Amino acid sequence: MVSSVTMRMSNQGAAEAASQGGSAADQGVGDAFSGVRPDKGVAVKASVENFSFYYGDFKALKSISMPVHEKRVTALIGPSGCGKSTLLRTFNRMHDLYPGNRYEGTIRLHPDNTNLLDPAVDPIEVRMRIGMVFQKPNPFPKSIYENVAYGLRIRGERNRSVIDDRVKEALRGAALWSEVEHRLHDPATALSGGQQQRLCIARCLATEPEVLLFDEPTSALDPIATASIEELVHELRDKVTILIVTHNMQQAARVSDYTAYMYLGELMEFGETNQIFVNPKRKETEDYITGRFG
Amino acid sequence: MKSEDIPSIRKIIRRNKRLELFFAVAGFLALLVGVLTFVALFAQMAWSGWERITPDFFTNFPSRRAGQAGILSAWVGSLLVMLVTALSAVPLGVAAGIYLEEYAPKNLFTDIIEINVTNLAGVPSIVYGLLALGVFVYTFGFGQSILSAGLTLGLLILPVVIVATREAIRSIPLHIREAAYGLGATRWQVTRDHIVPYSLPGILTGVIIGMSRAIGETAPIITIGALTFIAFLPESPIGPEFPWVNFEWLKSGFTVMPIQMFNWTSRPEEAFQQNAAAAGFILVLMTLAMNAVSIWIRYHVRKDIKW
Amino acid sequence: MRETNSGAAALMSQPPLTVSDRLARKALRNFKERVIELLLLGAASVSVLTTVGIIWVLVSESFNFFSNVSIWSFLTDTMWTPLFAEPRYGILPLLAGTLTTSMVALVVAIPLGTTIAIYLSEFARPAVREVVKPFLELLGGIPTIVYGYFALMVVIPLLQLLIPDLSGFNMLGAGIVMGIAIIPYVSSLAEDAMRAVPMSMREGSYAMGATKLQTAFRVIFPAALSGILSAYILGISRAVGETMIVAVAAGMQPNFTVNPLEPAQTISAYIVQVALGDLPHGSIGYQSIFAAGLSLMLMTLALNLVGHVVRRRFREAY
Repeated sequence: MVSSVTMRMSNQGAAEAASQGGSAADQGVGDAFSGVRPDKGVAVKASVENFSFYYGDFKALKSISMPVHEKRVTALIGPSGCGKSTLLRTFNRMHDLYPGNRYEGTIRLHPDNTNLLDPAVDPIEVRMRIGMVFQKPNPFPKSIYENVAYGLRIRGERNRSVIDDRVKEALRGAALWSEVEHRLHDPATALSGGQQQRLCIARCLATEPEVLLFDEPTSALDPIATASIEELVHELRDKVTILIVTHNMQQAARVSDYTAYMYLGELMEFGETNQIFVNPKRKETEDYITGRFG
Repeated sequence: MKSEDIPSIRKIIRRNKRLELFFAVAGFLALLVGVLTFVALFAQMAWSGWERITPDFFTNFPSRRAGQAGILSAWVGSLLVMLVTALSAVPLGVAAGIYLEEYAPKNLFTDIIEINVTNLAGVPSIVYGLLALGVFVYTFGFGQSILSAGLTLGLLILPVVIVATREAIRSIPLHIREAAYGLGATRWQVTRDHIVPYSLPGILTGVIIGMSRAIGETAPIITIGALTFIAFLPESPIGPEFPWVNFEWLKSGFTVMPIQMFNWTSRPEEAFQQNAAAAGFILVLMTLAMNAVSIWIRYHVRKDIKW
Repeated sequence: MRETNSGAAALMSQPPLTVSDRLARKALRNFKERVIELLLLGAASVSVLTTVGIIWVLVSESFNFFSNVSIWSFLTDTMWTPLFAEPRYGILPLLAGTLTTSMVALVVAIPLGTTIAIYLSEFARPAVREVVKPFLELLGGIPTIVYGYFALMVVIPLLQLLIPDLSGFNMLGAGIVMGIAIIPYVSSLAEDAMRAVPMSMREGSYAMGATKLQTAFRVIFPAALSGILSAYILGISRAVGETMIVAVAAGMQPNFTVNPLEPAQTISAYIVQVALGDLPHGSIGYQSIFAAGLSLMLMTLALNLVGHVVRRRFREAY
């Protein structure tokens, strides 16, 4: 309840910020944030420690350290090519799919302190614990139902009623149930772009991941679908730890509790979203936030 | 993951990975079937035909005595038939490919041609033999000649050449055409000076693949009534006096490598089977060489081209 | 302009073309372009003429054939004995031979071809793929007469070790080798179809914790289904029309059976058998090979149609 109110407030703030344009933007964002100030002392779900990443010889990420707080939304922002998606994709070892990529440092997942990057840790185990939603909705060419059931099926779940329940629950969680409950067996590709993206979120939710990664989830969507995804991210915050990459600063301001600003493979600044947007410690962050470059 | 703890995830992964390993082994074995067949086929022919592959084998006509029989008329026949095939299929196929990619308006006739080319690629080769028997041999009166055989195989590989030409042309980026048109070139000038030269490697690959298929084709040539026992050579295409070319060979009876091999294969005597092995070995070497050249061109050129 | 650009000045100093000169040049150029276009169109029409020729030859000769033999007996008689004193022309034995050998071939080619395709597309490292693909192409380029020889000299003797009283000519050996000969066609087309599935599908599946095998079978295979079915259909039409392997290794006597252990003749092998002999032009025997060819052609045509429907029905928009 509370979250939806603050949501509306923050949307409004962002709209004002957008209408006021460049120089006044920081003030508008600041207003929006008075209601979403994150509480202190939350647990850390994952910690990135001295993490570097190489595409072949190219060092794409340089010694990054930052926490990811449990059941909070952490946004990764920065200009294109800054490495924010690369960092995000590391969390479920997507880079293992392609040759020539190399990790250095650790990403620990708490409470069990598993180092996600440890070669001894199976990337599949990492991916079973951490879900990911992609830039472009990528539903499988199957029915809506089968898309959501996919994660359960690959885990060997055969009990029909268990699958039914989890599919329903996941679709509810992704705010899609009411739109698809009568056509669960229609092909997923028949859904609209925004629905497809929510289906992809439901697909992740069905297996109850510990962390959910969003890689610019709204960049291929129209403004209305974008708003519904943002609202969803905000609601999911109570259930799961969220890490979201976005190129849209207003979006980061609207949905996140913490923000990391990255530039050229380095983490420039990490902090509570409120602080990053209202009172950035570094000049570079301020320049980017206020639109002086980027 | 609230409902599943890490040990149970690991158990699931172990089970999934076992299945995966099982499939990887199956895939490897499936590939092995192909490799082993190839090795066995090649080795068997080399082994049993080896002692027959002497210079005499290439310079002797077929004979009733297996030990004296050779493939002279067969390889000369194959060469001449291939010549006719290339001369008919290459210009026609390349021209058709150019038309379909660069000229054809989007209309019903173009659609018909396109569907037709796709469907022709699926027509069994023996049906081309029947076409040739009815049209070339009897209606046009070419008889059971090198000309009939060459044209038959030309039609047979036409779809291969057309498809290869089209694919090669399609890989040329639009901006190359626009650059040429922008300078005021006509359509034919663009085609002649840019499209054809740039797509040449791709076309060549397709032509070689088509020719390697044609050289091994047996059924359509048998159907038009090629003889299996030929103890003479066609007249030489190069004449002694002006204009130094001679077309008599086109009307000549002939045999080709695969038919010679078929003939020997269908004889019960062991000695002829040896001849069949030797002929098969040479035939496979010929097709392998052609395929290898085309694969080499393709990989070589693909690496070099950067638009 | 003239002061600053001497090249332009040089051009200008040539006598200018009159308007009529230019029009004449344009007309000539247009004429030339038009002629070239017509020549190219003519070349493209040859393929249509080929089809027309095939249909005309098959139908006209078959028409002559069916004026001597009723279509009903052609389709229902279970004997094909064209060389007997009282010849009988029932296509069923040849059809049975064709379908049985094709069936054996597909039982070999479809599982192996699909497995190889999945392996190459989803499992093999790029280096392996670079070596294996050209190798498969070579396998597909081997002349079928050589495969026929291989079936007769190697595979059937091996089968006789397993099945002692197997005849020296049989549909099983011919079909198995035919299947191996078809593998490259099936695997290469099926692999192309699977590789065309966008990487985002694979990432979506891997991100859920799926293995390569689960991704291949649960996501990639269904997504590529239309292309894979086309590959199968091409494989079937190759098997149905394949001639030399069965002509060499399956025996040459028509045999109304679907038991692959027996020898039998296929439609295509019958055509070869007649062509090897010396039947006079215009005789019923001569006409019969066109009726056989027409049956073959109709079967491949039907397969082509099924292919079109399948491609349309299963086309996926990823």
